[in-house]
Amino acid sequence: MEYFVQQLIIGVTLGSIYGLIAIGYTMVYGIIGMINFAHGDVFMVGGFIALTAFLALLAIGVTSIPLALFLVLLIAMALTALYGWAVERIAYRPLRHSYRLAPLISAIGMSIILQNFVQIAQGARVKPLPPIITGGHRVMSSEGYDVDISNIQIIVVLTTLVLMLGFSWLVAKTRLGRDMRACEQDLKMASLLGVNIDRTISLTFVIGAALASVAGIMYLLYYGVIDFYIGFVAGVKAFTAAVLGGIGSLPGAMLGGLLIGLIETFWSAYFSIEYKDVAAFSILIVVLIFLPTGILGRPEVEKV
Amino acid sequence: MTVPNEAATSIRTPHLLIALKDATLSGFVAFGLFFFLIGLRSEQGSTGALEISTRFQTLALLVAAVFAGTFLRTLAFGRGPIPIAGAVPASVTDFLASAGRFAAPALLIFALLVPVLFYQNRYLLDLGILVLTYVMLGWGLNIVVGLAGLLDLGYVAFYAVGAYSYALLATHFQLSFWICLPLAGILAAFWGILLGFPVLRLRGDYLAIVTLAFGEIIRLVLLNWQSLTGGPNGISSIPRPSFFGLPFTEAEGSFASTFGLEYSATHRVVFLFYLILALALLTNWVTIRLRRLPIGRAWEAMREDEIACRSLGINTTTTKLTAFAIGAMFAGFAGSFFATRQGFISPESFTFGESALVLAIVVLGGMGSQLGVAIAALVMLGGFELFREFQLYRMLVFGGAMVLIMVWRPRGLVSTREPSLRLDDGKAAAQDAK
Amino acid sequence: MSAGPDTAPSPGPILRVDHLSMRFGGLVAVADLSFTARRGDITALIGPNGAGKTTVFNCITGFYKPSAGRIRLEHPDGSAYLLERLLNFRVSKVARVARTFQNIRLFAGMTVLENLVVAQHNALMKASGFTFAGLIGLKVYRDAERTALDKARYWLDRTGLLPRADDSAGALAYGEQRRLEIARAMCTDPVLLCLDEPAAGLNARESAELNALLQFIRREHAISILLIEHDMSVVMEISDHIVVLDYGVKIADGTPEAIRNDPKVIAAYLGVEDDEIEIAEAEAGL
Repeated sequence: MEYFVQQLIIGVTLGSIYGLIAIGYTMVYGIIGMINFAHGDVFMVGGFIALTAFLALLAIGVTSIPLALFLVLLIAMALTALYGWAVERIAYRPLRHSYRLAPLISAIGMSIILQNFVQIAQGARVKPLPPIITGGHRVMSSEGYDVDISNIQIIVVLTTLVLMLGFSWLVAKTRLGRDMRACEQDLKMASLLGVNIDRTISLTFVIGAALASVAGIMYLLYYGVIDFYIGFVAGVKAFTAAVLGGIGSLPGAMLGGLLIGLIETFWSAYFSIEYKDVAAFSILIVVLIFLPTGILGRPEVEKV
Repeated sequence: MTVPNEAATSIRTPHLLIALKDATLSGFVAFGLFFFLIGLRSEQGSTGALEISTRFQTLALLVAAVFAGTFLRTLAFGRGPIPIAGAVPASVTDFLASAGRFAAPALLIFALLVPVLFYQNRYLLDLGILVLTYVMLGWGLNIVVGLAGLLDLGYVAFYAVGAYSYALLATHFQLSFWICLPLAGILAAFWGILLGFPVLRLRGDYLAIVTLAFGEIIRLVLLNWQSLTGGPNGISSIPRPSFFGLPFTEAEGSFASTFGLEYSATHRVVFLFYLILALALLTNWVTIRLRRLPIGRAWEAMREDEIACRSLGINTTTTKLTAFAIGAMFAGFAGSFFATRQGFISPESFTFGESALVLAIVVLGGMGSQLGVAIAALVMLGGFELFREFQLYRMLVFGGAMVLIMVWRPRGLVSTREPSLRLDDGKAAAQDAK
Repeated sequence: MSAGPDTAPSPGPILRVDHLSMRFGGLVAVADLSFTARRGDITALIGPNGAGKTTVFNCITGFYKPSAGRIRLEHPDGSAYLLERLLNFRVSKVARVARTFQNIRLFAGMTVLENLVVAQHNALMKASGFTFAGLIGLKVYRDAERTALDKARYWLDRTGLLPRADDSAGALAYGEQRRLEIARAMCTDPVLLCLDEPAAGLNARESAELNALLQFIRREHAISILLIEHDMSVVMEISDHIVVLDYGVKIADGTPEAIRNDPKVIAAYLGVEDDEIEIAEAEAGL
């Protein structure tokens, strides 16, 4: 029981990170119907920007950790958002009316570029960062097994919760959110009704990237390591989360993220840690085959 | 592809001011993008803790380059898309098209002569084998991506299946290469069908990500199933190929002694060269034949419009499945060749990067064009051998090329498509003879 | 040649739609629709935009599975097919119902001729011994290919596309693309040809040519035609029978004469007085 609760805490933390990345996939898919293959790498870029920004702040004498983290959050969100914007502008926008494989291939090219760019610029080796946020709380304890929840775990889950609520509000209540929903319904119609499509799509990428950067920061703080390859695996898993929850659905992305996080954690805890990625990838295949609309997704009617 | 009308109608006012404004903006964006990733670099110091170092010079150079590039681009072409169709004069495209007729036979003759011309140059022979392996993989994937329009991001999985099939069959059951080769192909095709059957109903982009996941699953299983695959250590001492039973050794009854030749290690390399050339040509021949058969035409039709295919009574699921399985089969052949050539395989050779490389070859070469794929493989692998010191930049350039090609020439560098048949039978016969 | 005119049209219906309903979530696109199309007739399905015409087509041609109802197709030889039970491509392959699309769906990157040969896929596939015989170039297959080419040439000739045979389909003019799509559908040897707005976007001369082509198909090949059309000049001139839909419900069913004078149709479809019909028709027909 105690072991189970401990795994539950780990799973929810991991799931929150996946959920934040999944939002980027699900939003972009909802609006332009394409998988942004480079999104996982944008998450990785966010982590790296956060890492160097944090080290640079320390180097120039910002010693207050909360202040440094706050600045890192701002810098990483802003600059990763810039990456999101640039990716869309360079690799996707020119292809919006091209044939159907073109944006996909271009996205894969972009993913390769980002991965190798970071590898060249920052080196291929794993970057270890000593724990910055330490401490925690004992949740329960019995017969020599303690269940702890660390401060970083609390921060990860709370931040995700706040961002999710904020983002849901944005989609539901603001002008931008309305434009996004309009574009999701019908791109052509939205443009006829005066929605600035280019701007809306750009902002979708920007917001998705900003959220992914937060996920990147939390990944960095939680695991304390980062390398140029994390975006690939995390990206596929977050995509799985988006599909599992129902692609296009925001609560679905969060739910899917949590489920994937929990499944992965419990799989590692009770079965085999070597095959945890295999489990996640297999879920993707199984879900797509048997439940292609996901848990909260709407059925898709083929346009003839 | 059609060039958007904007190209014609966009205001072509290459004002200095506009160019300057755009360039400044791009410069700022580049600064933002690169400051923390290029301007600063974290490195593990001697104590093991991360230390930060600066590279502001590189950063300044890059930002300046982006500034200058945007400035010149806007000055030359305005803000609209670059009129690439006009950038390459028609005479050049015509020349390339007509040169294509001679390029294929010329390349083939050259390939046949490589072992003769460069007999002494072991390095070039090895490079030739490498290039031909990728040509074959490219042609195999071309069936799936180029003809059938299915984006397969896990192609390397079938390559791995072929390689491990050969390695395991040969080391455990002492089966010869010539028995294992078809078996490896069949096994790979079988896996293709196994994966394809449930997932080929999915929309195109879902298919892409499922094949990507499948590729990773295969790699992870190979990595972790220690008892069968040796895990990360791989399988070593895989039997080397023999000349139809005559081994390439110094001993009695070997290839050299049978033909009364002086033993040379190059014999085997030359044999491997011709082996992969033959396998690649087989792939090419089958593809060309299939393109002129109903199945091949159905593939291309499916690439163009799947719904229309169904309205014509074409079973798109089985049509996709055949493309997938045949593509996988050739990857299986190539895989078993890879295993016998290397003598050693490990999961490291079958990463997503390999799939991406083969896909890049197909995309750059021009989806559906056999010649284009061959040239792309030659240029990409050969080119990077020439510039070895830039090895690190290899994938970066591939990724960049994929994006650029999609933006500028989505049908690839060689984008002329030869019809699979013509109304005039005489002409069709002439096509066949070629 | 294709389904020859040797089978004298039997008077029974070729297509009988019974109580067809199609719902998408909460939206009822087609509600309890019943009509019949007689063999050898040109039956038109008309109605304002959003009336559910294309949905009916998609149900008949196997792209949608109807929520309820039955669609029965009877071949000249008496064999019958329940189309709502046939999966997508089987409607064309087994029941031999061919269709065109409102927003033309050609294989744009392939040549005109290839488009027509792809349409004969199933016959050629069989002749190629499911590829194996074709791969080694057996005579059976070469003969089958020649037959397929002959059929393609016949329809190219009929649609005036012969000179464009080796051009890529995407390069054709709009009207030519419409004709090619019909030729392609005809190459599947259908018993029922379903045309989704074949005259949309055509000028007056092209419309007239289309009328002639459809009448030729019906007359010479004994093929029944079901069509959706906005262009009244086409509908009134060539249809034998008209079914009018509005909001997924059938509001009228009869000869062009009867439909023209049906006040319910006038009210629902055009929403204008009798003398304004001509004008409204012209507008609706683009």
